[in-house]
Amino acid sequence: MVAVGPAAAQEILTRSEKGDVGGRGHINVYLTVVLAPLIGSVLAGLFGKFIGRNGAHIVTITGVAIATALSGWVFFEQVVRGGPNFDGPVYAWAVVHDVTFQVGFLIDELSATMMLVVTFISLMVHIYTIGYMADDPGYQRFFSYISLFTFSMLMLVMSNNFLQLFFGWEAVGMVSYLLIGFWYTRESAIHAGLKAFLVNRVGDFGFLLGIGAVLMYFETLDYATVFAAAPAMEGVTVQIVGSQEWSLLSLICILLFVGAMGKSAQVPLHVWLPDSMEGPTPISALIHAATMVTAGIFMVARMSPLFELSEAALSVVLVIGAITAFFMGLLGLVQHDIKRVIAYSTLSQLGYMTVALGASAYSAAIFHLGTHAFFKALLFLAAGSVIIAMHHEQDMRKMGGMWKRMPITWLTFLAGSLALIGFPFSSGFYSKDAIIEAVHASGLPGASFAYACVLSGVFITALYTFRMYFLVFHGKGRMDEHTREHLRESPPVVWVPLVLLAIPSLVVGYLIADWVLLGNFFGEAIAVKDGHVVLEGLREEFHSAYDFALHAFQSMPFLLAMAGVAVAFVLYMAAPGLPGRIAETSGLVYRALVQKYGFDHFYNKIFVGGAREVGGTLWQIGDVRLIDGYGVNGSARAVGWVAGVVRQVQSGMLYHYAFAMIIGLMLLLSYALFG
Amino acid sequence: MLTLSHFLFLGTILFCISMAGIFLNRKNVLILLMCIELMLLAVNMNFIAFSHYMGDVTGQVFVFFILTVAAAEAAIGLAILVVLFRNRETINVAELDSMHG
Repeated sequence: MVAVGPAAAQEILTRSEKGDVGGRGHINVYLTVVLAPLIGSVLAGLFGKFIGRNGAHIVTITGVAIATALSGWVFFEQVVRGGPNFDGPVYAWAVVHDVTFQVGFLIDELSATMMLVVTFISLMVHIYTIGYMADDPGYQRFFSYISLFTFSMLMLVMSNNFLQLFFGWEAVGMVSYLLIGFWYTRESAIHAGLKAFLVNRVGDFGFLLGIGAVLMYFETLDYATVFAAAPAMEGVTVQIVGSQEWSLLSLICILLFVGAMGKSAQVPLHVWLPDSMEGPTPISALIHAATMVTAGIFMVARMSPLFELSEAALSVVLVIGAITAFFMGLLGLVQHDIKRVIAYSTLSQLGYMTVALGASAYSAAIFHLGTHAFFKALLFLAAGSVIIAMHHEQDMRKMGGMWKRMPITWLTFLAGSLALIGFPFSSGFYSKDAIIEAVHASGLPGASFAYACVLSGVFITALYTFRMYFLVFHGKGRMDEHTREHLRESPPVVWVPLVLLAIPSLVVGYLIADWVLLGNFFGEAIAVKDGHVVLEGLREEFHSAYDFALHAFQSMPFLLAMAGVAVAFVLYMAAPGLPGRIAETSGLVYRALVQKYGFDHFYNKIFVGGAREVGGTLWQIGDVRLIDGYGVNGSARAVGWVAGVVRQVQSGMLYHYAFAMIIGLMLLLSYALFG
Repeated sequence: MLTLSHFLFLGTILFCISMAGIFLNRKNVLILLMCIELMLLAVNMNFIAFSHYMGDVTGQVFVFFILTVAAAEAAIGLAILVVLFRNRETINVAELDSMHG
């Protein structure tokens, strides 16, 4: 790589300034949004000992609060007032040949929305952490990590090129790894962290290949340039294996989506997400539910100008999402750990978002991403509050009847649950029903399968959500006497974020649904091809968010959700013995669910076992036998053998030496005289 | 009439005797030392013979030096031999093989 001289950097700046519509006026604001959490993280991480526990949470929360406030301002300027987009470089990192690697920001409606969601949830989680981690020895380290995460995620969503996207992508993955293994003395936590890291590598490999293909055929990594050149590439085909011709754009899109499958935990790369619950609960809320796992969704939405050109890629996205949405929801029914139920619910909801992407309803996907961030962070943090009260017991079979002792947690959890099952007027309703409608209207191959999946997914969602709700908050308390006596509401640093998240979980959908689903919220940020406009039906049928919700009371998804709630009530409140009997009679199905369809078993056997087997063989043959046996020890043995032969000459007898000397002398003399 | 070659024959015979003494003797370090002395004397014989027949006294000067050095060498050799005997209680050549590889 070639370092860039000031002159070259200046030239790049002026070159791209021509296409810069928004001017460079706000660039300091954008930089502050990104750097404030980073500074907080560095202070808390490197100087944690000097500034102490209070100092650590003060600097990081200040950093994130600044970022949140400025993101709110950017959101207001960009989305509410409809300011011009900003797309420009900040710093040119390197120029290789004709390709410039740079750090740059693209601020449009999409990234402004993501910035607000990320910083707001992050701020709530920061505050909540003060209470949740109060007794933890790694307090400063934890704050440092979550602020670093906020920085990385902001770099990801604000990027204007593939390289910075990849930087943010890997950085959030690394922080995720650090935080899953935060309690590094627990073996299960270390394994879970490693698993998340390795599974994500598989996805990232595809992602990197996709970026490489973009660089190879477009010769730039800049979003705007690539998107502008993409329509011309529609007919281009490439040969990968043999003489089979592949559409270039389908190839790029599917490779990029493989990355999204890893990060957003889509089947079959979903296995790491449930295990990531080994990390502290605030992390499950922030990283593994609300923000990081939605990076894949965001990325596909960002790449909509590319994906729109490839029906095949969209179909793949649609089907993978549908499978995840339905089958991962089912797994939530048989889990006993409260956090794992929510984790499977997250998988299922990510599936919904992916389905929406596949159906070209990008705005619905991002809408669901935003509402899901609020209510899922809320559910996780409320579950964390329950876990604190239960003295870090996570098994729902030992809970029950907690609504009386923890009223705020109870009500906020209920709000989150209603949003999750899509109860009319709640935020989850608008986003999820929009997705279902969009899939219904989609004409892609696989759309009818996806429609069946998302529709039955609604029933499943309601069933597992209210199973959890009834088991935790209603019925008879099943905890031991000691725990029961100490059950009480968590401190304000814990419940204030819950309330602050419950409000948007309930109302944000109603407030902006008109705008997102019926209006033009995302402006130019998202491209949809003419034949793919699936939200048109909604626009024709309904004139306001109010109409939409009223109509829902007689629609199929609502009835299915209510059926789910009713079934949960019957199974876990009215007839508590029934679930056990159902489990017994449906032996094979139940076993498949408990075994999580055998994905873990399969991966352990084939990939982990296979890798160990290959490694063992290479070690035994390559290392022990060839390198050590013949190479290292073999050369030593050869020297020893030669020395053993030669030492026989060294008899120690004087007359042997004298004889050798004389003979030598005579030979030399003969040579001198006659030679 | 004695000619140069007679003296050279004598020198060669003396040298061969002493060499044979070194090789064949497997018993006594003392004999070894004596053989080395004899070897030097054989060389001296050559020096003197050449000096006489070529009319150059430099050879005889050399002989004096060699005799001096040989005397000193014999003294040091005998001293080493005494110390050796004190330590090992033997002067048997076949047993002195601690340099064996």
